[in-house]
Amino acid sequence: MVPTSAVILEMNSITKEFPGVKALSEVSLQVKANEIHAICGENGAGKSTLMKVLSGVYPYGTYTGDIVYQGNICQFKDIRASEAAGIVIIHQELALIPELSIMENIFLGNEPTRFGVINWREARRRTIELLARVGLADDPDTPVKEIGVGKQQLVEIAKALNKSVKLLILDEPTAALNESDSAHLLDLIRGLKSKGISSIMISHKLNEIEAVADAITIIRDGKTVETLDVAADGVDEDRIIKGMVGRTLESRFPDHTPTIGEVFFEVKNWTVAHPQIADRLVCKGSNFNVRRGEIVGFAGLMGAGRTELARSVFGRSYGKYLSGQIIKDGKEVQLRTVSQAINAGLGYVTEDRKTLGLNLLDDIKATTVSAALKKITHNMVINDDEEYNVAEDYRKQLRTKAPNVDEGVGKLSGGNQQKVVLAKWMFTDPDLLILDEPTRGIDVGAKYEIYGIIQKLADAGKGVIVISSELPELLGLSDRIYTIFEGAITGVLNKDEASQESLMKLMTAAKKSA
Amino acid sequence: MNALKQILGGNTRQFGMIFALVFLVVFFQIMTGGLTLTPDNVINLFNGNAYVLILAIGMVLVIIAGHIDLSVGSVAAFVGIVVALTMRDWHLPWYVGILMGLVLGALIGAWQGFWVAYVGIPAFIVTLAGMLLFRGANQAVGHSNTIPVGADFQYIGAGYLPEIGPNTGYNNLTLLIGVIVVVAIIIGELRARKAKAELGGEISPVWVTVAKLVLICAVVLYATYLFATGRPGTSFPIPGIILGVLVLFYGFVSSRTVVGRHVYAVGGNRHAAELSGVQSKKVNFLVIMNMSILAGLAGMIFVARSNASGPFDGTGWELDAIAAVFIGGAAVSGGVGTVVGSVIGGLVMAVLNNGLQLLGAGADQTQIIKGLVLLAAVAFDVFNKSQGKPSFIGLLTRGKGKAASPEVTADVVPNSTSETISHSA
Ligand SMILES: Nc1ncnc2c1ncn2[C@@H]1O[C@H](COP(=O)(O)OP(=O)(O)OP(=O)(O)O)[C@@H](O)[C@H]1O
Ligand SMILES: [Mg+2]
Repeated sequence: MVPTSAVILEMNSITKEFPGVKALSEVSLQVKANEIHAICGENGAGKSTLMKVLSGVYPYGTYTGDIVYQGNICQFKDIRASEAAGIVIIHQELALIPELSIMENIFLGNEPTRFGVINWREARRRTIELLARVGLADDPDTPVKEIGVGKQQLVEIAKALNKSVKLLILDEPTAALNESDSAHLLDLIRGLKSKGISSIMISHKLNEIEAVADAITIIRDGKTVETLDVAADGVDEDRIIKGMVGRTLESRFPDHTPTIGEVFFEVKNWTVAHPQIADRLVCKGSNFNVRRGEIVGFAGLMGAGRTELARSVFGRSYGKYLSGQIIKDGKEVQLRTVSQAINAGLGYVTEDRKTLGLNLLDDIKATTVSAALKKITHNMVINDDEEYNVAEDYRKQLRTKAPNVDEGVGKLSGGNQQKVVLAKWMFTDPDLLILDEPTRGIDVGAKYEIYGIIQKLADAGKGVIVISSELPELLGLSDRIYTIFEGAITGVLNKDEASQESLMKLMTAAKKSA
Repeated sequence: MNALKQILGGNTRQFGMIFALVFLVVFFQIMTGGLTLTPDNVINLFNGNAYVLILAIGMVLVIIAGHIDLSVGSVAAFVGIVVALTMRDWHLPWYVGILMGLVLGALIGAWQGFWVAYVGIPAFIVTLAGMLLFRGANQAVGHSNTIPVGADFQYIGAGYLPEIGPNTGYNNLTLLIGVIVVVAIIIGELRARKAKAELGGEISPVWVTVAKLVLICAVVLYATYLFATGRPGTSFPIPGIILGVLVLFYGFVSSRTVVGRHVYAVGGNRHAAELSGVQSKKVNFLVIMNMSILAGLAGMIFVARSNASGPFDGTGWELDAIAAVFIGGAAVSGGVGTVVGSVIGGLVMAVLNNGLQLLGAGADQTQIIKGLVLLAAVAFDVFNKSQGKPSFIGLLTRGKGKAASPEVTADVVPNSTSETISHSA
C-alpha cells in the first residue's frame, strides 16, 4: 500500500496552446494517494484542458511539461495509453451511446472475448457486479437512453471501474444531476477513495467541493493560483471564490426590487402526451401565468416534466398537444411551430446546449444572430457588419471568454458556450424568456452576472421563467415559484413563503387533497 | 509563402484548393509544352465541364444540409430527352423548351424532396430510387433513341458571345466582361477593407491588398485575353456565363441570406436549428428540389452541346459532382462546405482530366488518377485534423504564432472533414 500522504501524480509546468489561445501556462498539480482533489476555476480557466492533457486526449507532444504518475514519467499517446496506466476520464459531456444497453456501453471498446467471440455471459456477470458497486439496480439490458442522467453518470463510473481505474477524473459530474443523485454520486466517490481510488473532480458547485474534497487546486486564466488543503486551511466556499475570482463576492445574488405588473401570459389546462407513448401524459392540465417584470421559477425533480411543459408551450416542440390554451396580452394565441412562438415573443434556452442549443460548427457571431436573422436582414440580404456588431456587443456584455466573435463555438469552454446561447435568445428580444437550467456548468462569478441579466430583462417589463434543479438558485432569483410533480403543477409559492423544505414537499408529493 | 497566403486570403482550405489548381495548370502547361493554356483548350475545358460544375453547386448545398443526391445524372438525362422530344414534336421555340426543362426539374425535385423532407426517407435511398427511375424513364420516353435538337437551342451549350462593336481583333464582349470583373473585384476588396476598418477589425497592410489585387486581376485579364483571342467565331462560351451567374447567385444566397444560413444550420445541428425556429423540413425540401432544377439545367446544356439527347447521357455525373464537392472541402456529416470551394474542386478535377488527356493518358489511367486525387485531398484534411497539424499547404505556409490548425474540438468532436465552417463563399 502506498502511504496516504505519498504523491501519486505530479503535473509539472504544463503549457498547452491552441491557435491564438494559451489555454494553460505552466500549470502544476499534485495529487496524493487516497485523495479527492478538486479543481476550481472560472469558465475557460483551463480545467478541462488540463484534464485532457492528463488523460491523453491531447497526446504527448502537443503540450509541454511533464506528467509523473506513480514515479514514472508518462507520455500518453492516446486515451488508451492513459487508461492502461489506470487513469480514466469521465468527460464534461457524457459519452454513452444512447441506443446501446447499459451492459454494451460498459464494455464498449473493452469487450470480453473468448476465441474472438464476445462472451456476453461473462459481460453480464461483470456488469451486475459493477452495477452493484455503484449502487444501480437496473437491468443490464436497459438501453441507456431510457435511464435518467443521474443513472447514466453512474454507468460512466461503472465503465471506469471496469477499466481497473486507479485515478478517476470527473469533469463536472454533477452539473446535470439533482441533489439526491449528486449526493449519491459524491458518496460513491468517497467510497472509492476508501478503496484506494483517488479522484480528480472539476465542479462549479462549490458546496459539493467543500463537502467532499481533501485538496483544491485553483486555476485562473490558465495559471495555477494556489492549492488548498481543505482540512488544514479550514476552506469554505467564500475562500474558494476568493481564489477563483481574485476578490470576495459579497452576495450570490444581485440586489433586486422587482416591479411587477399585470398578468400578460397565461397557460390554461395544458395537456400534452408523450411523443411516442400516446397514453402517457407529460403535462396534466397545467395552469400557470407570468406577470410583467416577474421572474417565475419552476421547481421539480429531474423528470418531473418541467422541460416538457416549457418545450410544449414553446411552439409544441415536444410531445403531442392534446388540449389547452395560451393567452398572451389578453388574447388567445396559437403557437403551433417554433417560429410562431418566436414571432409571438417567446424564447426558450434549452438545458442541453450541445445537442439542442448549438450548432458546434458555427462561429460565435452566426450563433448569436441565428434565432433572429430577420433583425439583421434587409432586402433579403444579411448584413455582415450588423451581425458582427451585435455579436461583439453581447460578447462584451456577457463577458464571454473568446478571442473574438469569429471563434467557433465548438472551441469555447462549456460555460462560455452557455453565454453564447443566452446571447442568441436575448437578441430575439422576447417578451417571455424561458430559461431551462440557465446556469448549469457556469462559474460563480458568471452566475452572478447572468442573474443580473435576468433581473434586467424583468425590469424591462419582460417575463422570465427559470427552470432549475438548484433550489437555492430558484429561491434567490424568483419572485414566485411553481412546483411540478409527475407532470402536474402541485403548488405555487411566493418568494416570502418559499423555502427549501416547503418546495421539496410540494415537489415530491402530489397535493394531499388531490 | 506566408505573404502569398495572406494575399490569397485567410481560409487555408480555400487557399489550398486555389494553390492546387494553379499548380496543376502550371504543371500541365509545362508537361504539354504549352498546350494547356491555349484559347481553344481553355474554352473546351469550360464547355466540357460546365454541367458538372453546375451540378456541384447544387450538390454542395445538398451535402451541407446533410444529404446526398445520387439521381442527378438520371434526372439530367430525363429532362434532356423530354425537352428534346417536345421541342421536336411540338415545334416549341428554344426558350419555351428551357423553361419547360426547368419546370420539369422542379417537379422531379418536389417529388424527391417530398419523400426526403416530409416522409423522412434518407436522401440516399430516395435518390438511389430516383437514379433508377429516371434513367428508366429516359429510355422509355426516348425508346433508347438519340433525339437531335435545333441549332438555336444548341446555343446554350455550344454558343459563344457574339461579335459586336468595332473590330478590335478581340471579342469585344469578352473584353468587356473581363474589365467588369476586374473592376468589381477591386471595388469589392476596397469596400471590405473599409468596412473592416470601421469595425475596428484587423486590416491587412496596404501592400498585401495591392499585391492581392494585382495578382487576381492579372489572372482574370490573362483569362480574358485567352477567351478573346480564340479561333474566329469563338469567345467566352455561354455555358461559362451561365456558370458564372449561378456561382455568384448561389454563393451569395448561401452566405448572405436567411435560407442559406438555415441550410448550414440544419446540416450542423438539426435539433438546435428547429428550436431556433428553422423549418428544417422546408429547408430540406428546397435543397433537394433545387438540386433537381440544376440537374435539369445541366442536362439541357449537355444536350445542347452534344446536339442531341441520348439514352446514356449523364451516367456517372453524380459521382463527379460529389467528388468536386468533397475536394472542395465539404464534410460528409454536413454543415460544412462552400459553393466557391466546390466549383474550385470541380475545376481541379476538370484540369486534371484535361491535362491527362492532352498528355495522351487513356481513360483507364485518368480514372485511377482522379480516384487517387479525391482520396488524397480528403485524406489530407482528415489526417491533419486528427493530428492537429496544419494541412500540407499550411505547413508550407506556416507563419509564426498563428498556425492555421484548429484542433479537434474539445468536448465534442464533430466529425467533419473540413477545417472550419466558412460562410464566406
Ligand atoms: N479545441 C480548442 N481549440 C481552441 N481553443 C480551445 C479549445 N479547447 C479549449 N479552448 C480554449 O481554452 C480555454 C480553456 O478551456 P477549458 O475547456 O479547459 O475551460 P474550463 O476551465 O474547463 O471551463 P468550463 O468551466 O467552462 O468548462 C478556453 O479559452 C477555450 O476557449
Ligand atoms: Mg470544462
